[in-house]
Amino acid sequence: MHPGSNGAPLALDAIGLTKTVDSPSGPLTILADVDLRVRAGETVAIVGPSGAGKSTLLALVAGLDTPTRGRVAIAGTDLGRLDEDGRAAVRGRQVGFVFQSFQLIPSLTALENVMLPLELAGDPNARAAATAALTEVGLSARLAHYPRQLSGGEQQRVAIARAFVGRPPLLFADEPTGNLDAATGRRIAQLLFELNRAAGSTLVLVTHDRELAARCDRIVELDAGRVVG
Amino acid sequence: MTRRSTLRFAMRGLWRELRSGDALVLFGALAVAVASMTAVGFFTSRVAAGVAREATQVLAADLRLESASPIAARVLARARRDGLRVAQETSFPTALFHGDRSQLVAVNAVTPDYPLRGRVRIADVPYGPAIATTAIPARGTVWLDSRTAAVLGLRPGMSLRVGAIRLRFTRVLAFRPDQSVGLVSLAPALLMNAADLPATTLIQPGSRATYAALFAGPPAAVAAYRTALRAHPDPAVRIRDAAENSRELGSAVERASRFLNLASLSAVLLAAVGVAMSARRWASRRVDGVALMKCLGASQRFVLGVALAELAAIGALALIAGTLAGAIAESGIAWLLRSLVARELPAASVQPIAVAFATELAMLLGVALPPLIRLRRTPPLRVLRRDAAPPRLRHGVVPALALVALFAILWLMVRDSALVVDLAAGVVAVGAVLAAAGFVLVRVTRRFRGGVGVAWRYGLANVSRRGVASVLQVVAFGLGLMILLLLAVVRGDLMREWRASVGARAPNEFLINIRPQDVPALRRALAALGAADTPMFPVIRARITAIDSRPIASLHFAGARGRAFAEREQNLTWSADLMPDNRLVAGRWWTPADEGKPWVSISTEYRDALHLKLGDAISFDVAGEPLTVRVASIRQVRWDSFRPNFFLVFPPRLLDGAAGTEITSVYLDARERPGLAALAQRFPTVTVIDVDAILAQVRTIIDRASLAVQYVSLFTLAAGVIVLLAAVQATRDERRHESAILRTLGASRFTVLSGVAAEFVALGSLSGLLGAAGAAATGWWVAHRLFALRYAPDPRLWWFGILGGTVLVGVSGTLAARRVVGAPPAQSLRAEG
Repeated sequence: MHPGSNGAPLALDAIGLTKTVDSPSGPLTILADVDLRVRAGETVAIVGPSGAGKSTLLALVAGLDTPTRGRVAIAGTDLGRLDEDGRAAVRGRQVGFVFQSFQLIPSLTALENVMLPLELAGDPNARAAATAALTEVGLSARLAHYPRQLSGGEQQRVAIARAFVGRPPLLFADEPTGNLDAATGRRIAQLLFELNRAAGSTLVLVTHDRELAARCDRIVELDAGRVVG
Repeated sequence: MTRRSTLRFAMRGLWRELRSGDALVLFGALAVAVASMTAVGFFTSRVAAGVAREATQVLAADLRLESASPIAARVLARARRDGLRVAQETSFPTALFHGDRSQLVAVNAVTPDYPLRGRVRIADVPYGPAIATTAIPARGTVWLDSRTAAVLGLRPGMSLRVGAIRLRFTRVLAFRPDQSVGLVSLAPALLMNAADLPATTLIQPGSRATYAALFAGPPAAVAAYRTALRAHPDPAVRIRDAAENSRELGSAVERASRFLNLASLSAVLLAAVGVAMSARRWASRRVDGVALMKCLGASQRFVLGVALAELAAIGALALIAGTLAGAIAESGIAWLLRSLVARELPAASVQPIAVAFATELAMLLGVALPPLIRLRRTPPLRVLRRDAAPPRLRHGVVPALALVALFAILWLMVRDSALVVDLAAGVVAVGAVLAAAGFVLVRVTRRFRGGVGVAWRYGLANVSRRGVASVLQVVAFGLGLMILLLLAVVRGDLMREWRASVGARAPNEFLINIRPQDVPALRRALAALGAADTPMFPVIRARITAIDSRPIASLHFAGARGRAFAEREQNLTWSADLMPDNRLVAGRWWTPADEGKPWVSISTEYRDALHLKLGDAISFDVAGEPLTVRVASIRQVRWDSFRPNFFLVFPPRLLDGAAGTEITSVYLDARERPGLAALAQRFPTVTVIDVDAILAQVRTIIDRASLAVQYVSLFTLAAGVIVLLAAVQATRDERRHESAILRTLGASRFTVLSGVAAEFVALGSLSGLLGAAGAAATGWWVAHRLFALRYAPDPRLWWFGILGGTVLVGVSGTLAARRVVGAPPAQSLRAEG
């Protein structure tokens, strides 16, 4: 693991990330030569206007997509050397996600949704751990509810419980409050940061919300596919 | 993840999948296919097993010789010397009379020891409990089957006239081992003692009697005797043993079951469409879940493993449910065909389950698997970007797999490669025609949108907007309705057309076995019954021995008919005039100057089957005398005129001296027919055949058989319903969203539901129209090309089709879509977001 500038190991090390896609008017560069190095335990906000390339950067550093050029390493593992299943295995071990649209599986209950990452990792105590995680986010009375039976805030709590249940060292959150009203959004953000602190995990957050971004240790600003601040 | 945990994960999800509806439709499509295959498979396997089990019993012997002339005494003597038991059986048709009633029966005159294998069963009263016996009727008595006894009003103890003598009816004949040579036992039967036969005078030179010699004994002795017989083959004698019999009956069963198989095949093909639609929908609904699972660390193998395990479990459940439904439906087929299947059927084999399983597997692999394989490649990026979708399968992979699966299914069902190719071409052609017609209909519907209310406009707009799905549904239901209409309506129309074309006063009684010396008296008697100037034709039996000096045994004929003409005795006649229902197609008819010349006029069937042409020399053996003649003319014969007709007609005076009988046919109206009883008593050798009774019997068979095919066609409709459900499922999200928007804009629930009903009513009436048109076109084709009849469809055909389709599709579609459009708009719109 490479040491960071303050001596803590690098949880995420992305160098020279470029993403170009084909469009009707020729190749289109969405992201150009972006570096992103995040120390273990650090919280980083990626901000910028719509179309700045925030979600593309998140997809690349989380191994959900592959860069046209550049290199991504999570906890020292170079994702570029892995195939899709290899990248999935790294995510399974190292990464948790929280999404703007919650991404709960509608046919699974709250408990089953939270059990999912543990089951995928072959954890025999998935049920107990998921129950504890849901209790921690205040949903002990909602275990058997399906997503459609939960409010937006409750659904995002389930998603947060799912993100933390496997104790991943690295957490990615994509507009976690974007689909919620202001009050609920504040409560969810509070919960997210509390849990992150308690778990000592690294948080990479994509948001429009300056207030939310300000709660992070560091802000990376993107515009037109480049880091501007 | 381990294989076990993959399986556990899949099984836990299965119940949810089944409840979700998509997997349920997939399950239903597979179950319908399995049920239709096993229902037909169980039935045909039971019949085949029954036939195979009784193959030796059907012979009533280990070995059986059959000939149109008595079996030579030395053949029987040799068998006895070789240690075989021997019995003889003479069979021929005759009419029995009692009071003013008559009935055509098959007489079997047997010697003691008959049957050598199996047992005759008799009862004391008609339809009473039967017991097995080793005896045969004593001299002066007969055993008669229940049906004939009932028709003639005979009770045991009464006597009846058989030819020239009276015999006493003592026992009811319930069963004899060789009563049916196949599935179908047609003729009622009378069993009598062979010692009484000469006194009846029913056997005359040229009579249509079959003489059988029955042999049984130790297998080695039977085999040695058979080898000896085959070493010196007599073309006039047919040797039958259990193996050959079993083969023949087996192929008869196969032929008979082909229609049932075809009916079930159409259900399987439609079900495959349902499988394809529901599997596609199932896969597409899983894309988001799969993307998330991959995002959370699931491997491609795990994703595919879960999908495969769920698919396999659905397949297994469908196999079990379909097999159970098939077994229940089979008892329905057996019940419908009970009067045609003469025997108690043994239990079904498990083979149909294996065939159904293979079919299901072909459907799953060829049709359901491709979209699931595609699922494996779902990009995890989809959790962030909705437009990230699994890559399309390479062009041609899905259709090629589906095509391979289709051919595999076809082959499994008919086991005949040539037929598979024909069938595949036929299916593709019918499908293409129906699809093209459906497409036009769907397009035409669009034009009606302007002049109707909001509900109808919305419904009709949906029909044309969902173009491909609409055409698919119209074709699915159209096909099912077409088969049902063809069998239920068009068949009856054709039968009536045919009866009308035959004419009201077409002969309805055939008189055969008329001795030449009785002809003048019989003519007078018939004239007294109102049938004047009855033409009589001499009948002589002869066997073909050579064509153009080449022995017939050395010639090969591909068709069954050619072989039958070459091997069996033929009825010949002579006539100075061309029969009125015959038309010359080649050569010229003889003049008085040609009488006695060695010429023959042959029918077109004879020409085609034996590959003959004008001028060919044909040699015959006419009662032991050789005769060689040249083909002078070729005739086309209208066989359904119900007048005596012949494949072979000679000029007068050529066959003078050959012993024979005469034949005629007359029309007698209902008032005169009772007079036949007195006529038959006066001319005991004459056999009267009631054409109406035979036609009624044939009709009963056709009715029963087509009822069974119609019954199996219900599976086709069930598969059509599955296709409809699959289509409704596929459009569920779209419908939910649209109805939410409509209701938000102020439409009442009733208006939205009316729009949905309008859509399905339109689809249903289009399918009904298509089904009726298909049935009418097929009916026209059959009438013109096969039977040369005029055919105009009964107007009811259109009504039945359109009304049936409207009710069936309208009701089931509206019911299926009702829940989707009934959801509160807020809930639907929120679910969208």
